[in-house]
Amino acid sequence: MTPDAAFHHRVASAVRDERVIRAVHLATLHKVQARAAGMAALRNYERIRALAAQIKQHTLENLADYLQQLVSNLQQRGATVHVASDAAAARDIICGIARRSGARLAVKAKSMTSEEIHLNEALQTAGVTTVETDLGEFIVQLDHDRPSHIVTPIIHKDRRQIAEAMQRELGCAYTQDPRELTAIARRHLRGVFARCDLGITGVNFAVAESGTLCICTNEGNGRMTVTRPRVHVALMGIEKVIPRLGDLPVFLKLLARSSTGQPMTVYTTLVTGPRRAGELDGPDELHVVLMDNGRSTLVGGRFAEVLRCIRCGACLNACPVYRNIGGHAYGGVYPGPIGSLVSPLLHGLDGREALPRASSLCGACRVACPVNIDIPSLLVRLRTASRDSRPLSKRIAMRLWQCVLESPALYTVAQWLLRRLLRDSGDGWSQRLPGSVGGWTTTRDVPIPRESFRNRWRRMLENAHEPD
Amino acid sequence: LNVALFVTCLTDTFFPRVGEAVVRVLRHFGCTVEFPAAQTCCGQPAFNSGFHREAAVLARRMIDVFAPYECIVTPSASCAAMIQHHFAELLADDPSAHREARRLAERTFEFTTFLTQRLGVDIARRLAFRGPVTFHFPCHSRGAYGPEQLAAWCAGESPAQLRRPAHADLCCGFGGMFSIEFPEISGPMLADRLNDLAATGATTIVCNEAGCTLSLAGGAHRRGLPLRFVHVAECLAESLGLMEPAT
Repeated sequence: MTPDAAFHHRVASAVRDERVIRAVHLATLHKVQARAAGMAALRNYERIRALAAQIKQHTLENLADYLQQLVSNLQQRGATVHVASDAAAARDIICGIARRSGARLAVKAKSMTSEEIHLNEALQTAGVTTVETDLGEFIVQLDHDRPSHIVTPIIHKDRRQIAEAMQRELGCAYTQDPRELTAIARRHLRGVFARCDLGITGVNFAVAESGTLCICTNEGNGRMTVTRPRVHVALMGIEKVIPRLGDLPVFLKLLARSSTGQPMTVYTTLVTGPRRAGELDGPDELHVVLMDNGRSTLVGGRFAEVLRCIRCGACLNACPVYRNIGGHAYGGVYPGPIGSLVSPLLHGLDGREALPRASSLCGACRVACPVNIDIPSLLVRLRTASRDSRPLSKRIAMRLWQCVLESPALYTVAQWLLRRLLRDSGDGWSQRLPGSVGGWTTTRDVPIPRESFRNRWRRMLENAHEPD
Repeated sequence: LNVALFVTCLTDTFFPRVGEAVVRVLRHFGCTVEFPAAQTCCGQPAFNSGFHREAAVLARRMIDVFAPYECIVTPSASCAAMIQHHFAELLADDPSAHREARRLAERTFEFTTFLTQRLGVDIARRLAFRGPVTFHFPCHSRGAYGPEQLAAWCAGESPAQLRRPAHADLCCGFGGMFSIEFPEISGPMLADRLNDLAATGATTIVCNEAGCTLSLAGGAHRRGLPLRFVHVAECLAESLGLMEPAT
């Protein structure tokens, strides 16, 4: 199967799953409203958003300097810094840390970067059991599933499925009550926290001037992950650095509001170094893994602004494509509009050419983005990158179309042909377009053109009286 | 004021009445309207598909065709945005063409923007509907006007007739080649939009974009929904007595 065909195939089976699509509709439309309400409560939203974009852009343009400053401050605070050029290197580093510290049981806070490198599988192979502690990710893991959203990983699941997974995997009594389900997960996870010896988190923001890591979660499990185990590993993409502690509030104002409409995440944890003498909380060792994995190739280029992304998920919620196909159909770790950029840009366009094309370019993502990433324009730009790998027939068709439009005479002939070739189903509409444009009539009819405007202009407008 | 009409290929081919309405309304408000017959298409389908060499050829052509005119008005915000934002980008490598592209961008207006900003027309005051009305906000109109603006025009002087859709800002699933290449995605998007519009109870839907109208009307016809899609130019021409109501 060609990659394009594989994508169409995934989409076709996704749209047939009415239960999932209904769940995704409900959840995303709710979040769109919650986000709008959250932003409305913010004075000067547009200015804060512009500022956030500027800070990120500035940081990217001076990335090497800020990373150097971050590394030096992290080390000064007692953290061990590791640099991973790609996913394999990051996996090796983290498995190495686990091995050296003799860890057997790891707890993990929600982290898309860890999904990106498929960390759990690697740790499993290295003999370390990893337990997801974010409730959504915990359920994903229990149900042997994959997250379908950057922020709300089980957006595609309903209560019944969650209840069934918990009953099957944890042996608890069947219940669909969200409170009871949460309590069951909590009890189970407390047991895990009591025994774990390694904590793994992502990083939402890393402050260069102080070496502070900021981790935003809603359930407190993230905070337990950085305080309870002996060893804390924080995995971050190199684009997560921001210059100053004073920049952090700009992003904290936007992140949760963009995701869920909350003014702030319930837990906003700032970690500056491992536990110091006399302190009660925190790990003995703090390891920070700075991962590139394709990011540095984007710096300074035509797609650099995707690195501004703070993974809030607002573009997924706003996107009518995501709403109708769900996250799994995208076939990668990062779904939705930002995923259709990030996946091909970080992991290669080869095999992912359909992703940037599978968008109506409606711009709802651009409107929702808290750091002003012009997602539609970048999608178009990415389409140019794959134009030469499009089927020859498509490329020839596009050239022919161009030639027709260069000549008003040919253009008029084409209009005439269209009128003649469309088969009227009796009421001035056609139900089937031929060949390569047949996709149109799988869902819509097409009106049979009568008179063109240019004809009408000559016939009755051109010589009519000017202003009366 | 001398105005050249850029009617756009879709309006030319499928919606001649919209072009006629634009001409009659502009003339009503004192403009002299010309229709440069050499015009074809702004090249947006090629541009959006990533075929920028082809699009650049058509951009140069547009610049030549409209060079003699001081104001260019188009009923499509999407095509206006193509000229305003992307021609210069397409021709960035050629300084003189780039300069011309920027000059064309400054002289090009989406129809409602031209009416309100250049002619000072209060659209809401000029519009009258004979029954309930709702609207579809075309995504590519964002640079020209917002959903609230469109709602205000439709509400006009009899706000009770406006039936607001639950989602004022929702894509119809058109997206040019997208609708042909990904019908399995575009179709459900269209269904979402049609359900939302049909739920308003209004059968007259103001939609100022030929692409959206082609998609929405085609979807409505397939489903047997009795919805009528009209461009604000047609509504104005009817309200001002310049055209007979469509049958």
